[in-house]
Amino acid sequence: MSDFTVIHAGTAPGLPAPATPKNVPNRGGEANPSADALKAQFGDAIKRVDVVWGETNVTIDIARALDIVRWLHDDPSQSYEYLSDVTAVEFRDRGLPIEVIWHLRSIKYRRFLRLKGLIAKGQPLSVPSVWPVYKGADWLERECYDMFGIKFEGHPDLRRILLWEQYAEGFPLRKDFPLRGRFSRAEQLRQALSANPEARYSMEELSIADAFSELPLDMRARIKGGESTGE
Amino acid sequence: MATKRTVEVELSTTGIGRDGKPQRVPLFVGEGGEGGGPAVAAPPSTEPELEGEHMLINIGPQHPATHGVLRLVLELDGETVVRCIPHIGYLHCGFEKIGEYRQYNQIIPWTDRDDYLNCVGNNIAFSLGAEKLFGIEITPRCTVLRVIGMELSRVISHLVWMGTTAIDIGAFTPFLWSFQERENVYNLFEGWVGARLTTSASRVGGMAADIPDGWLDGLRAFVRTFPKTLDECDRMLTKNAVWVGRTVGLGVMSPEEALNYGLSGPMLRASGVDYDVRKDFPYLDYETYDWEVPVGVNGDVYDRYLVRMEEMRQSIRILEQAIARLPDGPVNIDDPRVILPPKHKATSEMESMIHHFKNVMEGPRPPIGEAYVAVEAPKGEKGYYMVSDGSAKPVRWRIRPPSFVNLSAIPKMVEGHLLSDVIAINASIDIVMGEIDR
Repeated sequence: MSDFTVIHAGTAPGLPAPATPKNVPNRGGEANPSADALKAQFGDAIKRVDVVWGETNVTIDIARALDIVRWLHDDPSQSYEYLSDVTAVEFRDRGLPIEVIWHLRSIKYRRFLRLKGLIAKGQPLSVPSVWPVYKGADWLERECYDMFGIKFEGHPDLRRILLWEQYAEGFPLRKDFPLRGRFSRAEQLRQALSANPEARYSMEELSIADAFSELPLDMRARIKGGESTGE
Repeated sequence: MATKRTVEVELSTTGIGRDGKPQRVPLFVGEGGEGGGPAVAAPPSTEPELEGEHMLINIGPQHPATHGVLRLVLELDGETVVRCIPHIGYLHCGFEKIGEYRQYNQIIPWTDRDDYLNCVGNNIAFSLGAEKLFGIEITPRCTVLRVIGMELSRVISHLVWMGTTAIDIGAFTPFLWSFQERENVYNLFEGWVGARLTTSASRVGGMAADIPDGWLDGLRAFVRTFPKTLDECDRMLTKNAVWVGRTVGLGVMSPEEALNYGLSGPMLRASGVDYDVRKDFPYLDYETYDWEVPVGVNGDVYDRYLVRMEEMRQSIRILEQAIARLPDGPVNIDDPRVILPPKHKATSEMESMIHHFKNVMEGPRPPIGEAYVAVEAPKGEKGYYMVSDGSAKPVRWRIRPPSFVNLSAIPKMVEGHLLSDVIAINASIDIVMGEIDR
């Protein structure tokens, strides 16, 4: 009926039966074997390996993130098929670098690995996108861009996702962003009331075939002139 | 792959068989397409002057079938979807930002509100993450109580999914039946922690409350009666010709695609990937319970339905074992640095009062470090990632939302399908906008 075959998790031979971890130490303990394999494969690009609460952190050279992730995904001895999460951390101490975090899982070997890339203060917030390897990174990277302003180079459609495209207050999860937002309540209200509903469509959507001819005249003229739909 | 598939269905016109049950007839579905189910190419038009015009249609954000404030912009060729552009964010309220200004126990009420169909499960998942960050081992009674809470919330989340999806596809009755059962579980939650929807059931190091006397009898009654309702819904839907015709062969994801898109939970298992966080990265001693993971083979909407139905049965199995093994003893750990002392002691003993004051005003402080805890939520792999710099509030609190990642595959799933099937495919993802937008 179907050509699908069921992919079974934990199929690598010799794996111990999974069990709930108990009495995990704060630092140290057994590291994920992929950390050593990464060191052997990439040498200098692997800056540091530490084990925190039983989870292996591998700090990598951020410029080589895509190579490293691609190798982890493709190499049969690693086979990290699953990208759990892409996110970033900025510390309260403003001198510390911003960390970009990838949480990877190997379904076959039942392994969990955390990759970290550090962006020193003052450096451009730019990271290679892992979208060519994991399609699931699409929205996760867009969210990270939306919240932190980190640009994922090579992402096919990097625009805001949770906030609207004309959002002008900045990047909310950065530590210099106040909890209440940058604009006053009055300004936020004014912007909301004067919002143009057409601006909720992206330029890509507005240019789709027949829909274009149904737009108001002034808007058609603006789009033809290459103007943004923002207010 | 061949998309032609036969499923036996019962029709009202086929009459009763010899065994006194409705006769089943084979129903062919999924004809007319190759390579993953849907027919991507539009059928040739007999009226050439009508060709070539694509239409832009906007579903939502105020549409009941989008299960929340989801907006889908669809480009249609006739009735066939050529492209789908989802828009989200209408419910965004910055949970992660607010979490950076709250102590760990103060974040728990926020976890109620991210996936509001799975409140107890979220509370417990967050507590597990915080306990990892604090290095706390919870008591045996608390472990079993948490398993009960998580499986109950899985059941009610799947019930909402079944009811609302049935309504989307045209059956009203399962909605009423599933909400009746859901009411029973909410009564149990109310008896346990005092709240029905926004439970805040757990704390770092324990639970908000132990179960009251006689509560387990109510749970036993639920575990006894619920499978009957489930069987009724099963009889109503599984062989129903309309249900089968509207779900089989839609939104197909192959196992490799599903993994690559980061799908999780029933979405991933329906595609034929045997991955369940409870089995593969266990927590709360799930490896000691006897239960099975249902896995689909076709990766379509119908298989997602079958997987969810079976998951509810397996949850009942786990609940039965948890009731049988629930040990006596304290629920909270014995550590005054993280657990509030009993109220009567806080008002009569100096020591307890100091602990109470420090706990409430300053909050417990974890050591420097970070922890990621993933649990198998009803929607998929739900992760909480916390980073501590040694202060009482996290530097970063990240929710890994399963339905956010699952929804990101919707443009791939609806492409080439009819407009009416978009509703069924969207319903099969089981989205909760509170979790997607956070």
